[in-house]
Amino acid sequence: MRTGRHFHILILLAAVVAVQLLTLVAGKGFYLTQFTMTAYYSLIIIGLCLLMGYAGQISLGHAGFFAIGGYTSAVLTTVDLSAYKGSALTGILIKLSLLTGRQDLYGGQMLSFHPWAACVVAVILTVIIAYAIGVPVLKLKGHYLAMATLGFGTIIYSVVLGTQKFGAADGISSVPAFPLLPGLVVSGAPGLRVQNFYIAWGLVACGMLLLLNLIDSRVGRALRSIHGAEDAANAMGVDTARYKLNTFVLSAVFAAVAGVFLTHFNGGIGPSEASIMKSVRYVAIVAVGGMASLWGTLIMSAALNFLSLRGYFGSFDDAVFGGVLVLIMLFSPEGILQFDARTMVKKLFQRA
Amino acid sequence: MFLELFFQYLVAGLTYGTIYAIVGIGFNIIYNTTGIINFAQGEFVMLGGMTAVSLYAFLPLPLAILGAVIITMAVGGLIEMVFIRWLVKPSVLRMIIITIGISILVREAGLVLWGEGVRSLPYFTGNEISALSFGGVRVSPQVLWSLGVCAIVVVLLNLFFKFTMLGREMRACAANRDAATLCGIPTRNMITLSFVLSAGIGALAGCVVSPITQTQYAIGSGLAIKGFTVAILGGLGNSMAAVAAGFILGILESFSIWVMPTAYKDAISISLLLAMLFLRPSGLFGNREAFKLKDF
Amino acid sequence: MIVPDIMPLLEVNNIGKRFGGLQAVKDVSFSVQRGTIKAVIGPNGAGKTTLFNLVSGFLPSDTGTITFRDTAIHGKEPHQIAGLGLSRTFQHIRLFSHMTALENVMVGRHVKGRAGFLAGMLGLPGTRREDQAHRDRALEVMDLLGIAAFADTDATSLSYGQQRVVELARALATEPAMLLLDEPAAGLNMRETADMAKLIMKIRDRGITVLIVEHDMSLVMNISDEIVVLSYGEKIADDMPLAVQQNPHVIRVYLGEDDA
Ligand SMILES: Nc1ncnc2c1ncn2[C@@H]1O[C@H](COP(=O)(O)OP(=O)(O)OP(=O)(O)O)[C@@H](O)[C@H]1O
Ligand SMILES: [Mg+2]
Repeated sequence: MRTGRHFHILILLAAVVAVQLLTLVAGKGFYLTQFTMTAYYSLIIIGLCLLMGYAGQISLGHAGFFAIGGYTSAVLTTVDLSAYKGSALTGILIKLSLLTGRQDLYGGQMLSFHPWAACVVAVILTVIIAYAIGVPVLKLKGHYLAMATLGFGTIIYSVVLGTQKFGAADGISSVPAFPLLPGLVVSGAPGLRVQNFYIAWGLVACGMLLLLNLIDSRVGRALRSIHGAEDAANAMGVDTARYKLNTFVLSAVFAAVAGVFLTHFNGGIGPSEASIMKSVRYVAIVAVGGMASLWGTLIMSAALNFLSLRGYFGSFDDAVFGGVLVLIMLFSPEGILQFDARTMVKKLFQRA
Repeated sequence: MFLELFFQYLVAGLTYGTIYAIVGIGFNIIYNTTGIINFAQGEFVMLGGMTAVSLYAFLPLPLAILGAVIITMAVGGLIEMVFIRWLVKPSVLRMIIITIGISILVREAGLVLWGEGVRSLPYFTGNEISALSFGGVRVSPQVLWSLGVCAIVVVLLNLFFKFTMLGREMRACAANRDAATLCGIPTRNMITLSFVLSAGIGALAGCVVSPITQTQYAIGSGLAIKGFTVAILGGLGNSMAAVAAGFILGILESFSIWVMPTAYKDAISISLLLAMLFLRPSGLFGNREAFKLKDF
Repeated sequence: MIVPDIMPLLEVNNIGKRFGGLQAVKDVSFSVQRGTIKAVIGPNGAGKTTLFNLVSGFLPSDTGTITFRDTAIHGKEPHQIAGLGLSRTFQHIRLFSHMTALENVMVGRHVKGRAGFLAGMLGLPGTRREDQAHRDRALEVMDLLGIAAFADTDATSLSYGQQRVVELARALATEPAMLLLDEPAAGLNMRETADMAKLIMKIRDRGITVLIVEHDMSLVMNISDEIVVLSYGEKIADDMPLAVQQNPHVIRVYLGEDDA
């Protein structure tokens, strides 16, 4: 089991390298930008896959967590505190080297939070909000849970859209690059394209490894048992409420981290990232991937997100995801990789 | 002056309240016969309004509205027959996802057919500036139209469910589908009928409020959440309570503009929905014991 | 009269449960001694499953108290009660779908494990060792019950009789002090039923106390040390098997009023 897991991760890494080399040979280096964005979207989606496929809880508000991560990071790294340079609090922040100076667009000196500090704050904030929302929401089931998470997503969307501090409809731009480690920078600069492609997919590979480990652990079995038969899980001593909550928070953290990274990569974030359609799209991809299949979900996420980002679906982008959602749920609720055309045809004829 | 403003807000609240109420009733009709929450409910309102605007180009207003309602009913029935009828005991999760997918498809179809533009029907009587005056409070006649249509819809629905054979069969189907099937009631057709019916009243609501609130391809999902809020406030399945809840929500929203930026208006109603779901999912008027017995 | 020198393992006092207009369990009291098999019998709808649900925390009781291992457990959550060493099976088999038989039984090891989310995600050697120990323990239990051969089969694709045993293994894997078995022989053929009886006695001999609901009278009479009889939610007898068999009230309930 374990060897299989590591073997698959290696195949993933090999595929990533192959893609990079292919784009190099074909002279299509600019494709890497969309591949990088695809990776960050995939990070949310595999987190959501854990929640939906393994813990059996739907969330129609995950774009909200992505936005919380992205916006927190954007606000903190673009705020200018140089006016408060003299104040005690700012002094402490500087001492802790949580603040960093940089030049703004017009050459003026700016003082704002270091991306690492912003990232940590974003994750902590997400954890707090996810817990606060999760405690009541996860008591709900079925339609109620779906609507409650949809409601949460809508609130986040209307807040970012309606608040001047968040740039309202324009969102926040000129978010600085994120120096991860010396020599490793999350940034959309053309010269860093290859590096960022590897950073993003490296992050996905780490995420996959963590989640694959998890589902084959004590906790993972407990989660799957909740999905299989909740009261029996309870009878085995599984604190189902706590496990659902923790999974919800964990998947929210995946979304928030993706939001932070993608915001730095794109140099900004807009309200569309918080829209319900985004949340629905993530759910669609998990569904197409087969719900309880991390690999299936990752493969579908890579394919669909890339095609969508490259604009292959044109103005039918949302329609494609809506259609995919309906078709998969009608004909192959176990995911597209499980689709069995022969039994499907047989079934159709039986009915006729 | 203050009192006048107060009544203006009240009237605006009532207008939106009617449409929320009708969307809420639409949820209830389908929920009662199938146990499904149809996430595409708001799209029926959009379809009704948009189709009526298109038909009005070459038909007189009443015929355009009638045509729009009939077309939307056909679409509702078609949706049920194509997407839902043949599923064998689908899980709740599957149904949620399917109806969400349908709502996206309908909305995108709306975008292709009508573009992003905002449209509206003309006022049924008078125009935007004509107003009836009630002791200093000016009320657009269209508001009376929407209140009246809402009242008629509620009364007719009640008569239908109480006194017609078909309505009773639908109720039997709601109470116990297996038993209804055993009694020879074609439950499959009842489900189709419930989609047709709720599409019809959604479309009617879309036409009546179109002059005031205007119609655009994307209004559906917002309305769906509001309608669901109303259905939950009233207690899922209880249509009379949904009307009361619709007015409560409409008025609350309308007055919220007094104290909050307009941009947060939606956040208000959704917070209300979340609070309800957490504190009293059986609804304001619902019976907690009865709620617990329903299995979700 | 013999006074037991130790407290009973489970003590149920005046427990009651009402569903709307139906009093499903009414003022029932009984106790179960350590190391014994006690059966609960009664006609359909007598309230046996409801009683189990009350004891295992799946339903809140309206009245009464339940003490298990000297701890009051009424009002506790099912998972807490399971953690205290009381494990149960279900009248209608509830195995975890999309999991192998072994994984099902390993969920039974949940209460004995500690690894949380972080440990699970990191998969450090210590965590993996713990996991392996639980895997071994689960296999041992399956071996004891004779189902080790199906360890890697998808649990829900096993035969009905095998599924019943997997469910039993899962409950046993929690290393409970007490097992609640709700109709473990329902739907089994005669041979499987006899095997099940042997298994239950084997479990008792390992020091695990058993409370069992069962309709198969010969099974009940063979294995139980004591029997509680319920009728319309009320306890009408609580005695040794032979005495219960001869109790006129019990005979009347089982043979119908008009025969009395
Ligand atoms: N959750 C519930 N809500 C309402 N009524 C219930 C509920 N659970 C059980 N009942 C009712 O309580 C009564 C006792 O049911 P219970 O399942 O405890 O009987 P039982 O003795 O286990 O019967 P059987 O031998 O058929 O399993 C029955 O009349 C049943 O319909
Ligand atoms: Mg029973």
